[in-house]
Amino acid sequence: MDLAQTYELWRALMVEGDANWWQTFFVRFYQTFIEANRWQSYLEGVGVTLIVTAVALAIGVVLGILVAMVRTAHDQQRPGRPKNPVLGILNIICKVYVTIIRGTPMMVQILIMGLVVFASSRNFTMVGALTLGINSGAYVAEIIRGGLMSLDSGQMEAGRSLGLNYIDTMRFIVIPQAFKAILPSLGNEFIVLLKDTSLISIIGGQEMVYFARNIVNRTFDAMFPLIGAAVIYLILVMIFTWLQGKLERRLRQGDRR
Amino acid sequence: MIDVKHLSKSFGDHLVLDDISEHISEGEKVVVIGPSGSGKSTFLRCLNLLELPTKGTITFNGTVITDPKADIDGVRRQMGMVFQHFNLFPNMTIRRNITLAPVRTGLMKQEEANDTASALLRRVGLEEKADAYPGQLSGGQKQRIAIVRALAMKPKVMLFDEPTSALDPEMVGEVLEVMKELADEGMTMVVVTHEMGFAREVGTRVLFMDGGKILEQNEPHAFFANPQQARTKEFLSKVL
Repeated sequence: MDLAQTYELWRALMVEGDANWWQTFFVRFYQTFIEANRWQSYLEGVGVTLIVTAVALAIGVVLGILVAMVRTAHDQQRPGRPKNPVLGILNIICKVYVTIIRGTPMMVQILIMGLVVFASSRNFTMVGALTLGINSGAYVAEIIRGGLMSLDSGQMEAGRSLGLNYIDTMRFIVIPQAFKAILPSLGNEFIVLLKDTSLISIIGGQEMVYFARNIVNRTFDAMFPLIGAAVIYLILVMIFTWLQGKLERRLRQGDRR
Repeated sequence: MIDVKHLSKSFGDHLVLDDISEHISEGEKVVVIGPSGSGKSTFLRCLNLLELPTKGTITFNGTVITDPKADIDGVRRQMGMVFQHFNLFPNMTIRRNITLAPVRTGLMKQEEANDTASALLRRVGLEEKADAYPGQLSGGQKQRIAIVRALAMKPKVMLFDEPTSALDPEMVGEVLEVMKELADEGMTMVVVTHEMGFAREVGTRVLFMDGGKILEQNEPHAFFANPQQARTKEFLSKVL
């Protein structure tokens, strides 16, 4: 007797209310993951989740670096000398961006982007990824800025006192050290981003939660699809946490302190 | 060589340097002493513009370096600086610490810089540390490397900002020894320090600062044997 037959048999029992605990469990599990090859849509959901995370991360890191560069360069202008006006304007733009993004809920941002700004778009998944990226950029910017500022000012002074210019000092001395310092927070931001991809299903972004909810609508059983999705997120996060730990250990070996 | 005119520096409302005028000639070893908060470190840091003066001008070999249009990176290449806390770059080997600036500023090619680094390291007895990282060295070793790093730029003047104040007592000697050799070779030096023995032995002139002014200056023997100002006497009685 194969699984499909067992399923049909036990489901009939369940409908009549005669199934035991194990039989009920099996039926619910089977219809959630196996029937009509539903496991494939979870797999597809994982793929979309990873793509959305990667796109959002790329946007977030680029935006974050730009914003952090503008804000750090602005703050590190020499006191007593006239300020660079272009840098001043850029700095205000960056500040407004960070304030708005950090001051409003992610869910509202996604709804606004999906239903107002890009209301005529059909590719809600990418609209969602773009929104996540813009959101992430604000946090990444603050992480990078914190890392740059946490470094002992003596490092910058030593570089400059040797006659290196600002760019070279940042490139060879400040940024490599700041990168190591911010890696844990950056990894944390990445994990938050990975989990927040689930929010884009609210505007019809087709990632894992979207597929899970479709299955709920078919089977009228919410518990198995949602717990299944949760387990998959957990596994993904654990894999990335492990990878991050490996990377950090490798970087620490580099300076042998 | 360095000409300071009416130099003032305030941090907010706090006046740290109060209208200082001073001239430092080539070959001089000027030792700056004084109580903490007297402005001696700020004075030194103004000389290579790590602090921007609020008022006054500083001229270095005919260039007015306080002019906003001055090539400050170019000026700093000719002025070595040694810090109290070494400020070696922990993410690089000692060799790269020393060669980074000469190579990046176009002073030397990498091989030439490596040779320079080896020669300088040999001089301070640390040639076997070229591939070590700063974190593996003692304080005295780090400070000797910091001196070598500044020397690799072939500076015309060396500025020392309390180079032995962060060291364990038994390591002070090895750093002062390197500085003495440098002085014997004729390097122009400005040294902020609490090492009175060094001031007496190596200095050609001692400046005593308090309250943002140079209160008194003299050649070392006369300065220590026969201080003029009451404030100087009081300070020396506490530190000697």
